[in-house]
Amino acid sequence: MTAPQIEVLLQTLIAGFLLGGLYALIGIGMTLIMGVMKIINLAHGELMMVSMYIAYWLFTLFGLDPYLSVFIAAPVMFLIGVGLQKFLITPVLKVDSILPENQVILTVGIAMVLSNLAMLFFTSDYRSTPVSYATSAWYLSDHWKGSPIELSLSIPWTVSFVFAVAITAGLWFFLTKTDTGKSVRATSQDFQAALIMGVDVDRMRMLTFGLGSALVGAAGCLFIPIYYLYPSMGGQFTLIAFVVTIIGGLGSTAGAIIGGIILSIFESMTATYLGMGWAPVDRFVVFVAALIFLPAGIVSLARKRRLGK
Amino acid sequence: MKRYLPFVILALLAVVPLVGLNSYLMHILILFVMWSVIGMSWNLLGGYCGQVSFGHAAFFGVGAYTAGIFYAKTGLSAWWGLPLSIVAVALFALVIGFIVLRLRGPYFALATLAMGEVLRVTAENLTNLTGGDVGIMIRERTWVEKIWYYYIILAVAAITFYLVKIVVQSRLGYYFVAIREDQDAAESLGINTTLYKTIALSLSAVITGLAGAFYTNYMGYIDPKVVFALHDISIITIMVVMVGGVATFWGPVIGSIIMILMSEVIRSIPMLGSAHQTFFGMLLIIIIIFLPNGIAGDFKKLKRLIRTGRTT
Repeated sequence: MTAPQIEVLLQTLIAGFLLGGLYALIGIGMTLIMGVMKIINLAHGELMMVSMYIAYWLFTLFGLDPYLSVFIAAPVMFLIGVGLQKFLITPVLKVDSILPENQVILTVGIAMVLSNLAMLFFTSDYRSTPVSYATSAWYLSDHWKGSPIELSLSIPWTVSFVFAVAITAGLWFFLTKTDTGKSVRATSQDFQAALIMGVDVDRMRMLTFGLGSALVGAAGCLFIPIYYLYPSMGGQFTLIAFVVTIIGGLGSTAGAIIGGIILSIFESMTATYLGMGWAPVDRFVVFVAALIFLPAGIVSLARKRRLGK
Repeated sequence: MKRYLPFVILALLAVVPLVGLNSYLMHILILFVMWSVIGMSWNLLGGYCGQVSFGHAAFFGVGAYTAGIFYAKTGLSAWWGLPLSIVAVALFALVIGFIVLRLRGPYFALATLAMGEVLRVTAENLTNLTGGDVGIMIRERTWVEKIWYYYIILAVAAITFYLVKIVVQSRLGYYFVAIREDQDAAESLGINTTLYKTIALSLSAVITGLAGAFYTNYMGYIDPKVVFALHDISIITIMVVMVGGVATFWGPVIGSIIMILMSEVIRSIPMLGSAHQTFFGMLLIIIIIFLPNGIAGDFKKLKRLIRTGRTT
């Protein structure tokens, strides 16, 4: 390999790694909801789209930086998530029907309404937030004069990555150190046992759906400086969230982080070496490979090793 | 009376165009019958066998593209696509089934959804085979009159209805329902669940593919965004069955009438034309919360609701 080729490869890996942090954030929201409620939220990407519109309008109308709008959009998304769970999903859990997948189909209905309403109100134009630092980057040669290869690190991508890591760390703290977090995990492991132990399962479900929505909402705010926004973007992000969850192992937060990074590195490799148009196809390839070779996800590897010792 | 109902309705549907409907109404009728076919095929897999597929556009699109590519490459009539699509879609369904039928419930649903999307992207990128986003145009129309297209799809619908009825009332149908109700119990009773799920998927896929091949001939133009559409094909397929009635013979037919009428009415209202997905989504939410088994499935409940509404 010649130096330019190595440069391209390293650059691709860096881009993939940074994107991975955001994918992980989207995936964690999905995996939480999936773990606690045993349903797949097919409106996940659409919730992210809603939050991106919040960030977009905050930026356009008030000039608020997208990274600061995380603190507004995430609580708003939390409330939306709690509302969805309380008024739509809980009633469906109670009705008796032939198909058990009714809740999944319900989230499809929610997704359709959200993306179509966004198109009606905001038109299907592509939008983005032209922040001043959008194209700025750090260059390796600035810090290391004699470097044989040149690498660059986009500032918004890096900031988004750092934010994603910080939010993930905060979530980890919440889930492992606080009583409420422990109740959420208990509900996820065995909701009947949790019920017997005095956990308010219905409240935990609402909290989880809200938390999952808030996480994907935060991811939306972090995405908007580096990506563009249009009403029908939700579908592909729902798929990404799902693939990340499958690679990582259902209901596992740590798995979702690794899954996000694996998927995004794979995607940026495909984009560099095969062409942008093929990225959705390799999502499916990763997905199928994960199902065939690692049906329980990355976390199953860790568990196996622990049992072996 | 109930035994003869299918024949009466078939005879009625066969006579309707003789009244002399205009081209637009014929188009609506054809769409209605075509969606009934797709709905009935989905119902076989989703309603009876319990495997909720979000990717029937994949089968529809493969059928449509079989006819389209055959026409574009050989120059022979695209009607050959109908028998060819049976073979092509059956093979495709076997391959896909091998992968996605390992999954259960929601995971199966998402895997099929991904499959539909992947096929759309693949069809967009394989420009030398599918023509990419330009699509395939059938330049020679077989008939100008829509009536012949109508009778062809009506024949397909009649055969499908009969086939679904035979399958569901046979041993096969009972296996399907057993798998839907409890896959592990079915397995432990000695039912080869993988085999029967594959049969259900292949049957369903082949019928949907046939409708796709018909669509190519009828519309004369296909492109990946139309035939592999997630919302306009896959989700509408589910809605046709959910609204009409899951696991009922007449459900898809009723659902198809409602969906086609609704989409035409919404389209004709000037301001709301682009809002049809909002209405579909809300209809879906309402149906799932209040009539989870659809109009035909919850007919008694619906009747009771209307009656109590009247007395109070």
